[in-house]
Order: sequence, then structure tokens, then C-alpha cells
Amino acid sequence: MQFRNETLDNGLEIIAEINPAAFSTSLGYFVKTGSRDETPAMAGVSHFLEHMMFKGTAKRTAADVNRELDDLGSQSNAYTSEEQTVYYMSVLPEHRTHALDLLSDMMRPALRDEDFQMERQVILEEIAMYDDQPPYGAMEKAMEAYFGEHPLSRRVLGTPDTVSALEPDAMRGYHESRYASNNLTLVATGAIDFDALVADARKFTSNWKPSDASRTLLKPLGQETNVRLVHPPATQRYTLQYSPGAGYNDPNRYVLRILGTILGDDSGSRLYWELVDNGLAESAVVFTQEFEDCGLFCTYLACAPEQQESNWEVLQGILADGSRSPITDREIELAKNKICSGMILGSERPSNRLFTIGNSWLSRETYEAIRDATEHYKRVTRDELQSAFESLAKRINVTVSVGSE
Amino acid sequence: MAQSVFQHQFANGLVLLGEPMPWLESVAFTLLTPVGTAHEPSDREGLAGMTLEMMQRGAGDFDSRAIVEELDFLGVERSSGVTTFHTTISMAAMASVLEPTLRIAVSMIRDPHFPDEELEEARQSSLLELASLDDDPAQKCFKELKKVRFGDIYGRSSLGTESGLTATTMEDCKAFWKDRFTSNGSILSVAGNFEWEKLVKLVESLLASWPEAGSVPKPNVKTLPAISHLMHDSQQTHIALAYDSVPYQHPEYYQGRGLVGILSDGMSSRLFSEVREKRGLVYAVSASAHSLDVCGSVLCYAGTTAPRAKETLEVTLETIQSIGKGIDIDELSRLKSRVRTSLVMEQESSSSRSSQMAYDWVYLGRVPPRQEVLQKVEQLTCESLLEHFRKHPPRNWTMVTIGPEPLEFPNAVS
Repeated sequence: MQFRNETLDNGLEIIAEINPAAFSTSLGYFVKTGSRDETPAMAGVSHFLEHMMFKGTAKRTAADVNRELDDLGSQSNAYTSEEQTVYYMSVLPEHRTHALDLLSDMMRPALRDEDFQMERQVILEEIAMYDDQPPYGAMEKAMEAYFGEHPLSRRVLGTPDTVSALEPDAMRGYHESRYASNNLTLVATGAIDFDALVADARKFTSNWKPSDASRTLLKPLGQETNVRLVHPPATQRYTLQYSPGAGYNDPNRYVLRILGTILGDDSGSRLYWELVDNGLAESAVVFTQEFEDCGLFCTYLACAPEQQESNWEVLQGILADGSRSPITDREIELAKNKICSGMILGSERPSNRLFTIGNSWLSRETYEAIRDATEHYKRVTRDELQSAFESLAKRINVTVSVGSE
Repeated sequence: MAQSVFQHQFANGLVLLGEPMPWLESVAFTLLTPVGTAHEPSDREGLAGMTLEMMQRGAGDFDSRAIVEELDFLGVERSSGVTTFHTTISMAAMASVLEPTLRIAVSMIRDPHFPDEELEEARQSSLLELASLDDDPAQKCFKELKKVRFGDIYGRSSLGTESGLTATTMEDCKAFWKDRFTSNGSILSVAGNFEWEKLVKLVESLLASWPEAGSVPKPNVKTLPAISHLMHDSQQTHIALAYDSVPYQHPEYYQGRGLVGILSDGMSSRLFSEVREKRGLVYAVSASAHSLDVCGSVLCYAGTTAPRAKETLEVTLETIQSIGKGIDIDELSRLKSRVRTSLVMEQESSSSRSSQMAYDWVYLGRVPPRQEVLQKVEQLTCESLLEHFRKHPPRNWTMVTIGPEPLEFPNAVS
């Protein structure tokens, strides 16, 4: 594995992890923009725009883009989160130049009015689909309650109202300011000729201009709130709790990830043995979410409505039990092995590595080989974990619960 | 695309398949046994799943908790499941821990403890899993589709039924395991970083003494045309459709699979273009090839808000029938390009190779090399696909919808 990087004159950064033995090449544009960079009235524009990027360019119609993606035999897709929008494809190495031409052209979309109106319907269907699925909007509600006025409170998909009200011109303006060359990173993994990649990128992005795109960073004011949502068709009860965690620049994040695995991994964790293995709950997990300026430590319970109260009490008891049930060396060893082995197994595919190295670069401008990345976990001590565990008893929570009544 | 696939059959009938992929650090295996939901007594639906759950709650040297801890210690990713005719345990790990990992999987099959005190917990887990399906209409739609399409025995869900799960006793699980989990008909397929000769010796020591038993009676699967609707208070109506096609072992399988590709593989496929891109009717629409014993089906899914369900169904059906009007050479060329890429990329995943080899053996009794698959796909022509469509037109339709209002299936199609 070899790491290479270069910044073009227009500010576009290019990074690559080169694996000469790989069978495929993965390419992705990582754009530093997401729902947190929107105004409240334009909530959902980043995600809507992500759909529109497949709808054609000055040179290509929407159908042309789809056909070419398939002509290349590519496995391609895109996603939008609170903080980034990512477009990616995996191809055979001989198709790299054509793939980069297409992907780069897609970054400068035509944004035609008729495509915009049609795609709006697809987005509204997507919102309806998620609204019908557990936990029925609890995650969005918890983000709103936890973050309040903070930009991270906004829904990635927007709402039916904001999506219905959005105008193509507003999206064009958003695109111009956020998709500037210095706000994108081209990431490549697998079988790559780096110099040729840079030469191609220079050619395909020659007319791209940088901008002063920035992001408002704020520490959120966590607040204690309980919200109860009613979703009549729900047969189970879903409870979600958000507490302060570590952001992705916070060195404490490794401690919280390991702690989350020990307490609430979906197998072999304390919550698993007390609530899932014995059939009391369908799911009882802890997970972390990391953002640029802050993070969340999250707990989720899904179970029959009549067992919610007693299960929640057990769950809260486990999380608050730091001083009486200290973390054991065996738990730490198992959690570290599980995390590190999962990282190494997952890294075999260039298409997986793309996201790991792309995210790391976008958030910290650093590259880490997989073995170095596992070292961060191995270095976490029992004292650090125990201290983080004990502090859970004093944490501030936002709790959202959804059920049929 | 250099590839070596090894095979060895032990005297007790067990088939060992291996594909070394020395460029990987991982190794993955699938242990498949010929026992599934079709073999459950009619008043014990869910027994196969409960038995598998109990087999993982203590086996060999480890009790229930120690198994999970040991697998975590070794860093093993694992999954297990029951289908109509099979039970599989799959694991992936670093090459250096293949032996202890395989020992654990084998002990689950050969030496489960069946601890009495855990039966109720396993039952509660299974009941909860079944109940939670009510909150997942898209999944529930396909569970119902299987039931109405393949009937009482072959259409069973691995989740079982409330009455079947409630009635199941530990004696049922033990007897089901003892009678059914046998070496003949079982397959162990291994892919990734390992040495074949060493593997054969290891498997011999672990499984050559596994007793064989009488063979399972031949199934008799048929597809049944039927239309059904489940009321659900949701914004979207979920539409699941199925029609006859050819199964995996059929000489013209690649023609049938090719037609599914024209319909649904990629963003330029017909269903994606017609239903989503041109009309904005759905977020999700897809078709896939499905084989169950001698029956091949194409399964389709579309989810849309209720007022647009009728139009979505009509456009979906028209798009499927549009194949009969001809296939464009560019569509076929895109299909071939996608297959070429996915065959090459398959070499990057030990897990997907190990499960594919087991599937190949079940249906074909051999593992076709990548070159052969590629050659068959390269030989496809628009004419051969069209001829296949005419010989095997969509028929025996099954449709299940879930949503606030029932949906009528047009008579002209059925």
C-alpha cells in the first residue's frame, strides 16, 4: 500500500491509497457539505442536489449518465449526511479515465427545471418510505431535540414542506457555493496509476473555481428533554437516547467507541446479555455518532410496548453502573479484538477503504494505513475506559420514545 | 481471472469445496446442511430456526456465553440462517485463526449442548423477531408472497409462526437436530487465504466421522398464482410481484437472468428508468432472480405512496411485458459489462465466494469457473434473450400488497 496526495491549482485535493494487487479501482468525490450547511428554509437541499447530480450535465442527459455508469460496469452510488455528500464508483482499472471523466462532469450538473420537478416526487417518496419504517422519525426528532438551534438539528432529507417549497434557483446557488473545487476531495483506492490520475483530474476539472465555502462550528447546548411520539401502526416501542459524545477530532472518540462496544454492541455486550440474548428486547444497542465540532453517545431499545418500562430501567441501570461493575480486562480485550479484526476484514475491498480514507482526510487531513489505525484502539487504557464509563451516570440526555399510543 | 477450485467428497457424503485466494488476509467458510423449514412438522413452524438458535447456545468446549466470547476473541464475523431446504453457518476471519473458528462451527453442528434453561429465552427471542416483522411492511410483503406462492410447506418463513414457536419443546429441537443434521447432503465451502491439503486434513479430523443418515425425500415445489392484500396504516403501499422463470440449474438460466438484468441491473435498467426516472413514482423498484428447487421465479418490488399505487403497478407490469417487444444491443452490452466487472470484483471477497460456491453445489452439483460463467454471458444475444422470453413468458403471477387500500391485479396480465 502506498499513499499519495496532491493539490491542484484550483484547490482540488486528490488522495489515493494505491494497492497494486487490487483487482478494481474505486473513485469518489467527497464534498464537504451536508444538512448542517443549509438554511432552515432550504432543509434537504444537499440531499435533493445529490439526486440531481445524476440528472445530466451540459454534455450529458440524465439517461446518458445512467447509461454510461452501467456501460462502465460500475458499482456506483451516492449518499448525503449531516456533514458530507459523497459520490463513488468502483470500476475495473482499465476504465479509470472514463470513470473519472463521467464522475467529474457529474459534479457540474445541468440542474434542468423539468428534471428537478420529477426528482422532487422521488424525494417525497423517499421521505414517506422512511417515515413508515421504525423507529418512525425518532432519530430526526432526537437530533432536533438535542441540537435545538444548532445546525446539526436539521433533517438530512428535509421535510415534505421544505422539499415541496424548494426552487431550482436556490439549489443552483447552493451548488455554486458548496461544490467549489477547494470544497471537494477526489479519493481513489485500489489499482491506481497516481500520476495518470492527477493528470486526468487536472484536465477534467480545469474550469472549476474555488470559493470561500465555510462551515459554522458551534458547541451544542445539550439539554435534558423527554419526547413521546405517537405512530398508530407501530406494534413495538422504540426508545432512543442521545447524550454528549466525542467529535471526530476528539482523541476521546476511541475510548467511547470501545466503551460503546463493551456496553452495547449487537452481540456479546452487557446490554446484549441482559436484554437481547434472553428475549426481553429485539434490540438494545449503544452506538456513537461523530461530527466536526461535537459527538453523540447514543442508546437504542426496541421491544414490546409492555416491556419497555422494565427494559429501559435495566438498560439505564447498566449504563449508570460504572462504579459498581467496573470494566474488566477481558471485556476490553474482546472489544478491541472485535473492532480491529472487523477493520482489517473490511479493508480488503478497495470500495470499503475508499470511505475510510476519504472520511479521515475530509475530517482531519490525515491518512492512516489500516495497521496504524488499529493502534489507536490498542492504546486505549482500562483507566480511560473506566473513567468514561463512570461519567455516563452524570450525563445529560435527550430521550425520544415512539409507540402506538 | 486465474482460479483454482478444489473439491473432495468424504465417505460419509460431506462435500468439501475450496477456492484459495492467497492475495487476501482473510478466509471465509459456509457450512451448509440439508435441513430447512420444509422439513418441519406442520404444527412446529419455526422449529428449524429454534433448533439453529439452540445449537449456538453452547457446543463443544464452550457454553452459550463462552462461544460468543471466543468468537469475539478470535475476531470472527459470523451469520447463520435457515432457508426452505438448508441451514447455514457462515464465518469470516483472519487466515491465522481458521482452525479454531472452524472447530467452533463444527461443534455447533456435531456437539450442541441444548441447555434446558435457555429454551425459553430462545423462544422469546424468536417470538419477538416474528412480532417485529409487523413494523417492517416491505419485509412482511415478501414473507407473505413466499407463503402464497409456494404454499403451506415450501412457502414457510424461517421465523415460524406464533403457534409453532410456542409449541416447540427441547425434545423437538434435539430430535430435529439428531435426525436431520447429517453429513450426506452437507457442504463445507472455504474461500480465501488457506492451503488446500492442510484444509482437507483438518476437515477430515473434524467431520469424517460425522454419521450419515437416510436421504431426505425429494421435494415437490410448485408455484401458485394468487393475489393477496394486507391492510396496513402506512403512507406507502408495498407491492411484491412474482412470476415464473427458469431456475439456476436450467440450461437457459443465463438467458432468464439476463432478462432480469435488462429489467433491473443498474440505473439504466428498464424498471429504474420507467418507474422512477421518467415518472418519479417510487424511490425503490427492483427485480431479482429466485430459485427454489425446480422452480425459478422473478421477484419484483415497488414501494409508492398509496394514491400512486395503481399507476406504479401498471407501469411496472407494462415494463416487464415490454421485453417482448425487443432488446436493444446497448442494453445487452451494458449487462455484459456489469457481469464482467462483478466477476472480477468477486475475487476481493472471501465471504461472497464461499457462499456462492455452496449455492452452486446445491443447484448444479459443481462449481462453474468464472471463465465459464463469463463465456455463457458473452454468448448471449438479443435474439436468444427474446426467444427465451417468448418460450418462458411471465405467467403464474403472484402479487401481495401491503398498504392502506387493496390493489387490483389487471386481468389482462394474469
